[in-house]
Amino acid sequence: MTGAFVVPELPSMTFVMSTDDSAHCSRTRSAGNLEGMTRTRGNHSASPANWDGNVIEVEELRRTYAGGFLAVDGISFSVGEGELFALLGTNGAGKTSTVEMLEGLTRPSGGTVRVFGRDPYTDRAQVRPRTGVMLQEGGFPSDLTVKETVRMWGGCTSGARPAGEALELVGMSRRADVRVKQLSGGEKRRLDLALALLGRPEVLFLDEPTTGLDAEGRRDTWELVRELRDGGTTVLLTTHYLEEAEGLADRLAIMHGGRIVVSGTPAEVTATRPARIRFRLPVGVEPGHLPLTLKAAAEGRQISIRTQELQRDLRELLSWADEFGVQLEALDARSASLEEAFLDIAAQRTGAAAAGAGTGKTGKAVAA
Amino acid sequence: MSTAVAQNRETAAEGGTTTRAGRLGALARAEVTMLVRNRTMLFMALFMPVFLILSTKASLKNVDLGGTGLSITEVALTGGIGMVLLMVVYMNLTSSYTARREELVLKRLRTGEVSDPEILAGTALPAALLALVQCVLLVVVGVAVLDVSTPQRPELLALGALAGLGLMAALAAASASFTRTVESAQITTLPMLLISAMGSGLFVPLEALPDKVASVCELLPMTGIVTLVRSGWLGGASGGDLLTAGLNTLAWTVLAVFAVKQWFRWEPRR
Repeated sequence: MTGAFVVPELPSMTFVMSTDDSAHCSRTRSAGNLEGMTRTRGNHSASPANWDGNVIEVEELRRTYAGGFLAVDGISFSVGEGELFALLGTNGAGKTSTVEMLEGLTRPSGGTVRVFGRDPYTDRAQVRPRTGVMLQEGGFPSDLTVKETVRMWGGCTSGARPAGEALELVGMSRRADVRVKQLSGGEKRRLDLALALLGRPEVLFLDEPTTGLDAEGRRDTWELVRELRDGGTTVLLTTHYLEEAEGLADRLAIMHGGRIVVSGTPAEVTATRPARIRFRLPVGVEPGHLPLTLKAAAEGRQISIRTQELQRDLRELLSWADEFGVQLEALDARSASLEEAFLDIAAQRTGAAAAGAGTGKTGKAVAA
Repeated sequence: MSTAVAQNRETAAEGGTTTRAGRLGALARAEVTMLVRNRTMLFMALFMPVFLILSTKASLKNVDLGGTGLSITEVALTGGIGMVLLMVVYMNLTSSYTARREELVLKRLRTGEVSDPEILAGTALPAALLALVQCVLLVVVGVAVLDVSTPQRPELLALGALAGLGLMAALAAASASFTRTVESAQITTLPMLLISAMGSGLFVPLEALPDKVASVCELLPMTGIVTLVRSGWLGGASGGDLLTAGLNTLAWTVLAVFAVKQWFRWEPRR
């Protein structure tokens, strides 16, 4: 899925996007049917005068639950207009708690949230008509049909799309007359997405939008989210699919234990991580015979090399193998991925120093 | 998957900005659909009040109403209005609020433009209308078929019934705060049902009870409503009685609204 996607060049890893007024309509990527479209933004007069232009602004946000559990521990970030921002993290990292404060469902225990420069919790009436929300889990009466559900939601949404159009968007037209309780998990996700899109929101909050979808449904949803973003919609999504964040997000933040551990563009986040070469040595060839320049870790015959210089080390390895006529089994070389960055962070943060994650100390070091 | 993801916002405006009435209507319409599809609840709402009025009438044959100046039919019908309020609005809505919360419907609605009071009111609207229709039917049947007098003070009768609708809905939301599942709603609504049936003059008029018991019963949540309804239809209440009844209803409504603000939960406990 990464094939068609171009990671946009964003200026920095700091979360300040300088957006002046002229930038509000500046994101004009043309994509298929969206070409030539001039999207007129919602009424800016509804935003306070001191609004600096970031659609979402989060500062030192904290959320403590009864019993003292600190779900969100002082995070800060901002999302500019038309940006797609992903919050990544394992279960319990604090993603949903964060999104629910952004959506204005819960009041922060500390810090501030601003959406269009307003507090989404207290200024509900001003903020809600401009946002679309997809919760992590359902929220539809099980006895209603799909169409009835969309109609109910439409009656509560300013500028709602016709029900048929909304269902068409998420590929649920054929299921319009089915009761919600008979839908599969993936179909419920699609219905949820349809409702989030119903009012043509300027900001979309999607909490794990593809969880429970099959591969095709996931791809369709990605396609749709991308089109929306290309049309100028600001999107904040949470996910634990790294592929999803890597492929969709302009910028992302990895959360762990209620904090943002690393953030930036997908390229920036992975750039600092080492690439990896893996293979099995044939029986009779000792790891000690490998070139000393390669920082290899061995576990039996399984060798793993972490490197910042993938091309150089790979050439070195292959010419060594050629020279001595060694057959490298299951040879696999890959650049750093978000997944590795993510797993490294998770391992480091759980304090498992002994595991030596990210340093290649696992197993016996055979070459210094 | 998509052909028209984004459209010009100008054309988007044709859906228009929502109004309070529009939002309430949309919620109420969905709620009616659900009520019709939930056979048990529909049956309870439609036939239980009728059944109870008939059984009240039968059981009252053994009670001495001599001192109250009321006929069995009059007690049964006016009590029946209270019964309708309790069963169609209070019990029904406690289940509905609990069900919507447990299905995350309330939480989902709160992500949208609907305000919190609108969510509760929209959900209550169909049950309230149904109860109102049943009350009107009781009066019509009473006057036309059962030889009960026409309402002496219709404005009092209407006031009692409408205040009752509000109080019952507020109490239902308050009860739902302490109800974990739809099944347990049958238990959590029981105390209110019992104390109202016993002590608020639904079956046996307060006048037929010993004085001391009656004065305690006057403090119960439904007593004011029943007094207003009964004196509105049949007449005969003093200004002092009516004032007490009105204050009682007002106090309980304030209390229930406070409880809802304080304790109502919009999503299930995790």
